[in-house]
Amino acid sequence: MTQHATDHASKDLLIKADGLHKRYGGHLAVNDLNLELRKGEILGLLGPNGAGKSTTLRMLSGCLAPTSGRVQINGIDISENAKAAKQAIGYLPERPPVYHELSVDEYLTFCAKVHGVARYERASALLSAKRDCGLEHVGHRIIGNLSKGYQQRVGIAQAIIHRPEVIILDEPTVGLDPIQIREIRKLIKDLGEHHTVILSSHILSEIQATCSRVVIINNGHIVFSETLAALAATAMAERILVALRHAPAPDALKVEGVENVTHMADGRFRIDPAPGADPREAIASKAVAEGWGLVELASERKTLEEIFVELTTSDNNSNTTASKEAA
Amino acid sequence: MNTLFIAQHELRRIFVSPLAWAILAVIQLMLGVVFLLTIVDLMSNPGILMDETVGVTEIVTGSLFGFGSLLFLLVVPLLTMRMFSEERKSGSLDLYLSAPISLTELVFGKFLGLLGFLVVMLALASIMPWSLLPASPLDTGRLFSGMLGLLLMMAAFGAAGIFISSLTEQPVIAAVVSLVVLLLLWLVGFFKDWTMPWFGGQELAAGKPFGYLSMTNHFDSFLLGLFDTADLIYYLLFIAVFLALTIQRLDMERH
Repeated sequence: MTQHATDHASKDLLIKADGLHKRYGGHLAVNDLNLELRKGEILGLLGPNGAGKSTTLRMLSGCLAPTSGRVQINGIDISENAKAAKQAIGYLPERPPVYHELSVDEYLTFCAKVHGVARYERASALLSAKRDCGLEHVGHRIIGNLSKGYQQRVGIAQAIIHRPEVIILDEPTVGLDPIQIREIRKLIKDLGEHHTVILSSHILSEIQATCSRVVIINNGHIVFSETLAALAATAMAERILVALRHAPAPDALKVEGVENVTHMADGRFRIDPAPGADPREAIASKAVAEGWGLVELASERKTLEEIFVELTTSDNNSNTTASKEAA
Repeated sequence: MNTLFIAQHELRRIFVSPLAWAILAVIQLMLGVVFLLTIVDLMSNPGILMDETVGVTEIVTGSLFGFGSLLFLLVVPLLTMRMFSEERKSGSLDLYLSAPISLTELVFGKFLGLLGFLVVMLALASIMPWSLLPASPLDTGRLFSGMLGLLLMMAAFGAAGIFISSLTEQPVIAAVVSLVVLLLLWLVGFFKDWTMPWFGGQELAAGKPFGYLSMTNHFDSFLLGLFDTADLIYYLLFIAVFLALTIQRLDMERH
């Protein structure tokens, strides 16, 4: 890599977490977590309840100091120069940090002030944050009288009002109804066009619907990290299922690119392809040529859900191998 | 600058809550009754004023501010109880922790906001003695000294209340504990003349430290129109210590 390219890469690195640990009494909530977030990414932090997602996000946002490890925001160490680092962050905690007795405009104006938005920019910042979050019509309403979905939007508006480079959202759709969830997801996708977003969730479909990269956390450390595009590509032909009316001996199916063939029942075979190979075409043409009576040929992808369940329910030993694979 | 934003925000939040208005109304009513009683007493006993050493100011401010100090002791914990405990409970503390402001700015901002409300409360209470000005010569210096003393004492109550509020998540617990702490600080003043026998038949003034510690003792000299820097420093130190403890406490919580 040339010097220029290195500079460019480090410039794009908005969040860099090195060896984060967080210990609560005897309980290690986050254990040696390393995370990097580049400009333009929407990173989904996935994990079962109690995996350490919120603790991680609280440490990234500066609300919590790590027991050990370093967090850098935009190249600035958050423990050394907290003000400058926090300037680049917008954070929505698990519960929206709103004041129920204030109106939306009052509240957001205050948020703009404490986030250092200059006086002459406040009115336009307020307008654009309200527009982005669909709050134009509720500016004068008291926050406590708004529905949960709108309160969540106010929370998100608070996180983006100062146009931070990184937006950290902790379970942004929890407790909302399906329509609100769709709206918030759309909002997050829209925000992702101009901001870098990191969001946590224990809902898989949410991550798949909004994120460009997924990180799975279990027991306080990362067990999986992959872009969704790469995930779709590698999971392309994980397993092939073939159903044949006139089933031959399993060995006859071993065409080029097939590693293993298992006969399940009633002429159904499970075929494990060699890494990187896609023998579906060869199998189909052989089946036609030999007159096996091909009735079904399907590739079975490993879905995010399977990966998630596999990684978070199995014992520690398989977790380590999985994380090696992922890396 | 951030401190001022937070102070302004805090003051606004105090005034949009019905509690603040209820407190202002109740305080005004109670002080009004005391004021009326004092005036009626003076009118029926004008002889007191024949003594050259006693003036209207002394009688009025003595009873009004003396009673006021006790009333504020009961009321300030109600104002401070929500300051940090409720923020922590509702999660809005995270707003400050993730914003580019320091804990010092946050704590001072909150304290200043509270102080703003206390000034309003004091101003309303002071209207009563000042309303006597057209009818009677007043010792304005003594009146100002009493007001300053009362403000310092209320600010000290507030600082202690803010610290206690930062210790818990439950506003009610914060209010009760603050009340007990303030009452104890008031009660220790009664030990100030306590002596105990010492070697050689001497008497040890064991109660003296209690006298220094007590909030009311320092307030009394202000009521007499006596501006003693020792008393001023007592209150300023008291406030500084509790605000510093609050900052420490919030910082500890991050770790």
